[in-house]
Amino acid sequence: MKPLLGIERVTQRFGGLVAVSNVSFQIFENEIIGVIGPNGAGKTTLFNIITGIYKPTEGKVMYDEGNIAGFRPHEITQSGLARTFQNIRLFQNMTVLENVLVGMHTRTKANLFDAVFRTGRLKKEQLEATQKAEYYLRLVDLYEHRHSAAKNLPYGSQRKLEIARAMASEPRLLLLDEPAAGMNEQETAELMEFIGKLKALGYTILLIEHDMKLVMNICERIIVFDHGCLIAQGEPEVIKKEPKVIEAYLGKEA
Amino acid sequence: MNRILACLARNQLLISLTVLALALLFPLVFPSQYSIRMATLCGMYIVLALSLNLITGYTGQVSLGHAAFFGIGAYTAAILATRFGLNFLFTFIAAAIVAGLAAFLLGLPTLKLKGHYLAMVTLGFCEIVRLVEMNWMGLTRGPLGILNIPPPSLWGFTIDAPIEYYYFIVALVVLTIKLVQNIVDSRVGKGLIAISEDEIAAEAMGINILRYKVMVFVISAALAGFAGAFYAQYMSYIDPTSFGTDQSISIFIMIIFGGLASIPGTIIGVIVLTLLPEVLRGLMDFRLIIYGLILIAMMLVKPEGLLGNINFTRIKKAADGKKAGELK
Repeated sequence: MKPLLGIERVTQRFGGLVAVSNVSFQIFENEIIGVIGPNGAGKTTLFNIITGIYKPTEGKVMYDEGNIAGFRPHEITQSGLARTFQNIRLFQNMTVLENVLVGMHTRTKANLFDAVFRTGRLKKEQLEATQKAEYYLRLVDLYEHRHSAAKNLPYGSQRKLEIARAMASEPRLLLLDEPAAGMNEQETAELMEFIGKLKALGYTILLIEHDMKLVMNICERIIVFDHGCLIAQGEPEVIKKEPKVIEAYLGKEA
Repeated sequence: MNRILACLARNQLLISLTVLALALLFPLVFPSQYSIRMATLCGMYIVLALSLNLITGYTGQVSLGHAAFFGIGAYTAAILATRFGLNFLFTFIAAAIVAGLAAFLLGLPTLKLKGHYLAMVTLGFCEIVRLVEMNWMGLTRGPLGILNIPPPSLWGFTIDAPIEYYYFIVALVVLTIKLVQNIVDSRVGKGLIAISEDEIAAEAMGINILRYKVMVFVISAALAGFAGAFYAQYMSYIDPTSFGTDQSISIFIMIIFGGLASIPGTIIGVIVLTLLPEVLRGLMDFRLIIYGLILIAMMLVKPEGLLGNINFTRIKKAADGKKAGELK
């Protein structure tokens, strides 16, 4: 089976600092993969490389068999990857619905001409896009709040809205950067259930998370980072017992 | 307050039509040359301010060079009309195209800059354009200015009475409002607003940021060029002093005062700030001080501007949604 995403010997240097060092791994269709590691291990940098915010110093990012390293972020979204952010980046003053509509940007076509002359194509597309956006909002239980400003949502709902917005770009691979950060136990449990639902819908998911319960329960494979290096990967049971992982988290025994 | 806004939002169409009717009746009620002239200038500034609002209000890119495009449009129209005797249809369109082209060439390398840096570059551009207008004697006659610019005429009908100019600018204002409204309400407009909210997230949602910024900069400049063509043919005389950085900044202040990304806010801002110096005329030299104090007070009391952050379409949708909820 061909992998959906293949990271091949990727290195990212910022001046003298090596944020990600010679990392390789693969993700297959419909998997849920967790990325864990101490703060500053290079997890978010990895996400930024995959989504085009950074161009890797070395290595390839193979997505669907093409190398996307060095593509601009909007081109990468176009090709079917979407992400959420560690520190929520919603369009705060836009409504919940509008946030999702912006997420559909790459899947809608109305151009400036359509906009200025309000062509039939634009009106038809706006109607369809709104219906689709409402579908995504129902999935995350935010339909009732569709006309509220995004900034007025409670924290947990903002995280869910970010996922809905990412889903709206119709990606095959969803990258979730600490989706459970700041959530209480109840919200985290709901989120776990929701991620399971995403898998059932056919999405492939790569997520960074510090909540070990979530990671160990829903991820099929786990990738462990420390100081920019990939130090272990495998199934949760294996990772739990891996001495290198325990060392990275708890320090070396004296 | 919220209920007043919701009420205003529900009756948007009615209010717009009332305002339009008042605008059309204005010269009949106040027929003096002076009042019609002030109203015409207000109309022209509304076109300028709305176009600046596209790039600065909706897209969040601070441009302090708007007068440059206004000037480029004015000179293009003036030169084509005086030297080649071209009809106003051509001079207006050419003014918009030349101003848009200038924005394209300036925007491509500079719109990657953010915040203060973009403001500095556009301010510098404005000064460069003014100096070119001042010194390229062969083309612009420099400080002498261009005289005797013919009024717009079409099929034997010439716009030359003040009231005709007034209705002409009212038509331009209506067209500009419609244009801005249509752009903002579309997928393209949502992309622009997304850029102003968070560039990184906008890019991650698949928006080609640079392309959108350049595009909106060009549209904004083309509209300013259009207003420039109007100015040239209305005044029948132009010189470089009308297109300096002070002009850029006064247009900028109008949109800040009225509220960024708000069409009614822009209109109110322009009218208040255009009429204020006239009302204060009796105070002679003190009027600029008063003008400044009013701006400072405004920034302290309501920094987002009169109608900033108030989006009537959203208020209406929220109110409708609430009502539908109650019915259920």
